[in-house]
Amino acid sequence: MAKIELKDIAHSYLKTPVRESDWALKELDQVWVDGGAYALLGPSGCGKTTLLNVMSGLVIPTLGRVSFDGDDVTSRKTEARNIAQVFQFPVIYDTMSVFDNLAFPLRNRNVDEATVRERVHEVAEMLELEGELNTRAQRLTADAKQKISLGRGLVRSDVAAILFDEPLTVIDPQAKWKLRRKLKQIHERYKLTLIYVTHDQAEALTFAHQVVVMNEGQVLQVGTPQELFESPAHRFIGYFIGSPGMNFLPCEPTEVGFSVAGHAIRVSDEIRAKITGREQGLELGVRPEFVRPANGSDQGAFETTIRAVDDLGNYKIVTCLLGDLEIKMKLPEDRAVPEGKCRVVFDPRMIRVYADGRLVS
Amino acid sequence: MDKWEDNRAWWLVVPVFLIVAISAIIPLMTVVNYSVQDIFGPGQRVFVGTEWFKEVLGDRRLHEALWNQFLFSGLVLLIEIPLGVLIALAMPKRGWSASLCLVLLALPLLIPWNVIGTIWIIFTRPDIGLMGVAINGLGLDFDHTAAPLDAWVTVMLMEVWHWTPLVVLLAYAGLRAIPEAYFQAARIDGASAWATFRYIQLPKMRGVLTIAVLLRFMDSFLIYAEPFVLTGGGPGNSTTFLSIHLVKMAVGQFDLGPAAAFSLIYFLIVLLFSWLFYQALQNVGTGNKR
Repeated sequence: MAKIELKDIAHSYLKTPVRESDWALKELDQVWVDGGAYALLGPSGCGKTTLLNVMSGLVIPTLGRVSFDGDDVTSRKTEARNIAQVFQFPVIYDTMSVFDNLAFPLRNRNVDEATVRERVHEVAEMLELEGELNTRAQRLTADAKQKISLGRGLVRSDVAAILFDEPLTVIDPQAKWKLRRKLKQIHERYKLTLIYVTHDQAEALTFAHQVVVMNEGQVLQVGTPQELFESPAHRFIGYFIGSPGMNFLPCEPTEVGFSVAGHAIRVSDEIRAKITGREQGLELGVRPEFVRPANGSDQGAFETTIRAVDDLGNYKIVTCLLGDLEIKMKLPEDRAVPEGKCRVVFDPRMIRVYADGRLVS
Repeated sequence: MDKWEDNRAWWLVVPVFLIVAISAIIPLMTVVNYSVQDIFGPGQRVFVGTEWFKEVLGDRRLHEALWNQFLFSGLVLLIEIPLGVLIALAMPKRGWSASLCLVLLALPLLIPWNVIGTIWIIFTRPDIGLMGVAINGLGLDFDHTAAPLDAWVTVMLMEVWHWTPLVVLLAYAGLRAIPEAYFQAARIDGASAWATFRYIQLPKMRGVLTIAVLLRFMDSFLIYAEPFVLTGGGPGNSTTFLSIHLVKMAVGQFDLGPAAAFSLIYFLIVLLFSWLFYQALQNVGTGNKR
């Protein structure tokens, strides 16, 4: 186990990167605490896998330093780093038995056979592979194969972290759920550092204590699932996390706060201090979960026109128009929605202000 | 849904059946026809049963050719398959150098077979050939028209030069098809280069190597043009392979009956060994017991 630090990491797959877009990773600092469970979330092609490969040494970063517990490993080869990685598609050695597959990383490191046997049995027990130890790995199902890939990481008692690169992509939903729970158990039992790449936000939010959101080669926010949900640091995260994404409405600063389409909204003095003097690029962000139809007593409600109601089973999404601005609200299934006009209010505690796409707080 | 008896779909098989009949069954039956009769001329023939088969099976010169043939095909497989895999492993993986290697390797495969024989005759001539002169210049007495061993060495060199590229191309394609994640996983598992080859590359090449072994076995077992042009089967009968012997029998001596009988035996040997190789390669390392 170790603390993994990435210092000023940047990587380009080109020999001579010129433009901004030539960089797969742009200037990145990140510390992975020993024993943490992290999810690395972001759209396809945002640099998640590159970041993972930088840590495992499969990619040597163009710039920056990687260290494990203060020990600089930047130029050290994968084989010499104590790290394990599980890939999107199960990698198994198909001519070997399950036992030999699990023993492979240890035997390569000249561990004595008695220890190998002990470790393999321990890991097999944990992964419920004991009955299949003598079977050829090739004959197993995709989820069992993925367990073997994971097991090859777990047998080594010295790994600094286990990196997962979208490991459940090819697993069917039932087995997916079981494997994910297994991972959680393993994490609780061994206190391993787990870094889990995914583009599936549900997977990230259930698995991790800390979620790292990336886009276009940059880390946009690191936080608990709740923080990401309630206070996205960036417009992108507001859209990317949550379904549907956050509502963003252009606004202008006023004496007491700002106004959206002519409606004044109060904000704290602290935030107002930060936005005074700004004329452009200000937006109000509010999640559809925190928008609701106004009661008679509500002050400062917006007059909107309902454009669409989508019933999604246990909840419904109502799309309202405020002038030509679109506001979505997420309501419980049994909540009645008025026809035509609807006055809506925002939960004042859940209103966020964004300047040029970044959270003002 | 009810099923009803209607076998008209069988008519769809007719075109395939016709093609196979014309390309394989009819010529083969002609050979069968010759193998069981003694034919003197049109309308003059005698049914001789298995007599020709008995004759060729007892033929000492044929035994010699058969032994030459097995030795040749065995050496071809033992040299070309490992060498081909080795070259494929050493080849660049991408870029212009990979394309260049592929083009250079494919060149011998594009040359007509009897031209290959001619090239090697000239190349190995002790008086003017580059290789012949070079070897004799080293003080070794090399002449493939006089010494059986020299003839064998020359034939093997020619064969390896001509056909190893095919094995390389197949093996290279097999290697390139292995997903990158396997190599990454091997690095994470701390596998040595040998372990990576033994447990990833070799098993993943099973399919292409099966094809390579079958093709090289069949082609080498049926080889005719190149050694015929190069050595004519000599010196003596030292490089007389089955095809050369067969042509001598059928065309040289016009012994159509024994030649036909032997053709059938020849065909069965190729079929049998191809099947054995196929079965062996399908099952090796999979734990299937047969």
